[in-house]
Amino acid sequence: MSTATPKHFRTPLAKVRGRGAARSGTEDFWLQRVTSVAGIPLTVMAIVIGILLLGRNQAAAAQILGSPAVAIIMILFIISTIVHMKIGMQEILVDYVPGESAKLTLLLANTFFCWAVGLASVFGILKLSFGL
Amino acid sequence: MAETKVPAVRPLSPHLQIYRLPLTMLMSGFHRISGFGLYFGTLLLAWWLLAVASGPNGYAKFQWFIGSIIGQIILLGYTWALIHHMLGGIRHLIWDTGRGFGPQEREWLAAATIIGSLALTLIVAVVGYLAMGGSR
Repeated sequence: MSTATPKHFRTPLAKVRGRGAARSGTEDFWLQRVTSVAGIPLTVMAIVIGILLLGRNQAAAAQILGSPAVAIIMILFIISTIVHMKIGMQEILVDYVPGESAKLTLLLANTFFCWAVGLASVFGILKLSFGL
Repeated sequence: MAETKVPAVRPLSPHLQIYRLPLTMLMSGFHRISGFGLYFGTLLLAWWLLAVASGPNGYAKFQWFIGSIIGQIILLGYTWALIHHMLGGIRHLIWDTGRGFGPQEREWLAAATIIGSLALTLIVAVVGYLAMGGSR
């Protein structure tokens, strides 16, 4: 027991809360489960939509993809998939890439790639939906 | 102590090349590899959607690529990876509930994942092939 004035007042629990080796809590773990559950019906529907579009010309494909139900399903599929794959790739990079600078560079590239591909895909569908 | 110490003959730590590759281990690897492949497969998805949005010329380019031998192989591989990763994901979700860890259960789940993904991919490929207008 020390009677000296403590240097700081935060409890040990407050210091470690949400501070694992990844310096964050279980958000990614949980989000990966949420997007995997969402991904099951969305993947099945996306495959069906893909098959429906095979062998059609551009005008027909544009009409189907731009219709509200199909467009919404595809946008949900894209968002769920992109969020899921960003976390997945992050996990792979953290597991296998030695060296802090290479890891940070690739993690940054992962973020940029996911945003770019996700936004491009959603843009394509919205363009069709709004007939621009 | 006059006697020399004979180093104990200890079993060496077995590494990957020593193990008989169990199916569960193979499916674990497949799950990550299929996810890794699907990551880059989204480029194909984005191209497809942007091609439709860009008009007949852009779509013709995409259709030419996807109709080529390489395009067909990529599309088939993407379909298989997608279905396999989905079934593998269902397996992981079952594990998340605390079920399916028994010796028989996990073997059964691993077998169901690979057999299911191959079977479903074959069905999707046949249906897709017919939708494309059969042999052209």
